Amino acid sequence: MMLEVKNLDVFYGNIHALHGISFEVNKGEIVTLIGSNGAGKTTILRSISALNRVRGGEVIYNGKPIANLKAHQIVKLGISHVPEGRRIIGSLTVLENLMMGAYIRSDKAGIQESLEEVFTRFPRLKERVKQLGATLSGGEQQMLAIGRGLMAKPELLLLDEPSMGLSPILVEEIFDIISSINKLGTTILLVEQNAFMALQVAQRGYVLETGRIVLSGPSEKLREDEQVRAAYLGEIA
Amino acid sequence: MNKTKQMVLALVGVVVLYALLKALIVTGIIGPYWQIILNESMIYVIGGLGLSIIYGFTGQFSLGHAAFVGIGAYCAGWFAITFSHYGIWASLGSLVVGMISAGLVGYLIGVPILRLKSDYLGIATLGFNFIVYDGMQNSDKLSSVLGGAQGMTGVPQFQTFEWYFVTAVIVFILVRNLVFSSHGRAFTAIRENETAADVVGISPARTKIMAFTVGCVLAGLGGALYAHNYPYVNPDSFTFLESINYLIIVVLGGMGSMTGTVITAVGWTFLLEVLRMFLSLLGPSFINLRGVLYALILIVVIILRPQGIFGGMEASFLVPRIGRRKSNAAAGS
Repeated sequence: MMLEVKNLDVFYGNIHALHGISFEVNKGEIVTLIGSNGAGKTTILRSISALNRVRGGEVIYNGKPIANLKAHQIVKLGISHVPEGRRIIGSLTVLENLMMGAYIRSDKAGIQESLEEVFTRFPRLKERVKQLGATLSGGEQQMLAIGRGLMAKPELLLLDEPSMGLSPILVEEIFDIISSINKLGTTILLVEQNAFMALQVAQRGYVLETGRIVLSGPSEKLREDEQVRAAYLGEIA
Repeated sequence: MNKTKQMVLALVGVVVLYALLKALIVTGIIGPYWQIILNESMIYVIGGLGLSIIYGFTGQFSLGHAAFVGIGAYCAGWFAITFSHYGIWASLGSLVVGMISAGLVGYLIGVPILRLKSDYLGIATLGFNFIVYDGMQNSDKLSSVLGGAQGMTGVPQFQTFEWYFVTAVIVFILVRNLVFSSHGRAFTAIRENETAADVVGISPARTKIMAFTVGCVLAGLGGALYAHNYPYVNPDSFTFLESINYLIIVVLGGMGSMTGTVITAVGWTFLLEVLRMFLSLLGPSFINLRGVLYALILIVVIILRPQGIFGGMEASFLVPRIGRRKSNAAAGS
């Protein structure tokens, strides 16, 4: 087991945001957390990457507890977080943004290699390499955010709403890319509102409602579940 | 343009600039008075680049930069006077003393206060400026050399232009290399989005302290040079209003632009002097208009160019080939 979250409790001030969340991610998997707005999906990712303080429970990564580490230490362990809203540095170029992703690395040849990989995966970024981050379209910014995450050469990639604000064609493209990243050996924890797409690429899923996990299982099972179909898949299912 | 060519070109530029200024000095077009002002402009370049790292690049609002310039001036002055029998070595050493003292104080004060955000950090650094000012006023109680409210005299002077020019060029090259390193990108990430910094493994706390300390080291160096450029070092030269001068240089020049900081530092220094001279020609009562005029200039420029004169831009010879930007149009907006 690569990542194990046990009885996670997180508060925002007095608001109890996560109630004893437990789940796990195995090496090589894509696992998705689905649920509506405010269910706590983003909070879970932010807790794993230490952007939020954890009040109770444990986060165990490769057998070691990591809940008390600082965000920048988490990255060094091989967990890369592609945050909600992309968080591109608008006044830096595409290349500079990507190089920032390799901040924790010092192996020049390896960094160059990762850069080439990112460019192969996202040819559009290569075309725009000298452009400022702020001048990219939403889809390109999402690609840049994922590319930046990959530059750290992570074992585990945390993706927060990669489909947000993208056109349907781009959503397909992004999910294809997510699959292909996974096939090359990167484990992925995917948070999505687009449950339909998420359950297609993921092997397993967890359904969240107001800070609790209400359902879990293999993606096929979840896709067929009455509750999930009614609440998250709408008429598509 | 490849890297070597770029470096050679920049070097030629520096030499030409030096030759030009030197020619003006030798021919007497720049007289002794204006030469001291020229030296002062180099001091503003050095100190200004310090604040540029702290505020322009890293976004940490400091209203107390002059305090660190003052610490540098006083510590360097004290060292140069106390060890003056070593001649030039005492003065050279005093530059290092100025840097270390201001950097050390910057580090120690930075650790607790850099947790604060924007306005609150501004207030804290402002408070620190007042504390340092009071310390300088009473510095004679620590060592009579420092002079307290009467100011410090007797620092060996070296007003040779080369000192200031060469130091400023060296500082500029170092700052340029820092800005385009991964540390420089970390600074920008912290300024624009701390979460983005966090998720790529940058420690915001450590990076802010680093930027602040480096900025204070440069302030200290500027101060040390100041003590050698003016025979009289006075606490009133390092008040909160002087900190505002540094802030103006960085903001007017453009946040995150070394080019802007350097040009504005030189421009601002000479503007103040020219205004002073021009107004005193009109008569003694006009000299008080100086504050009004320069405030007006400031207001007009900031209305016309809110991003600063060179906001987000760098002279192209500074930018590494690989990171060169296609368009700077969106940088300042």
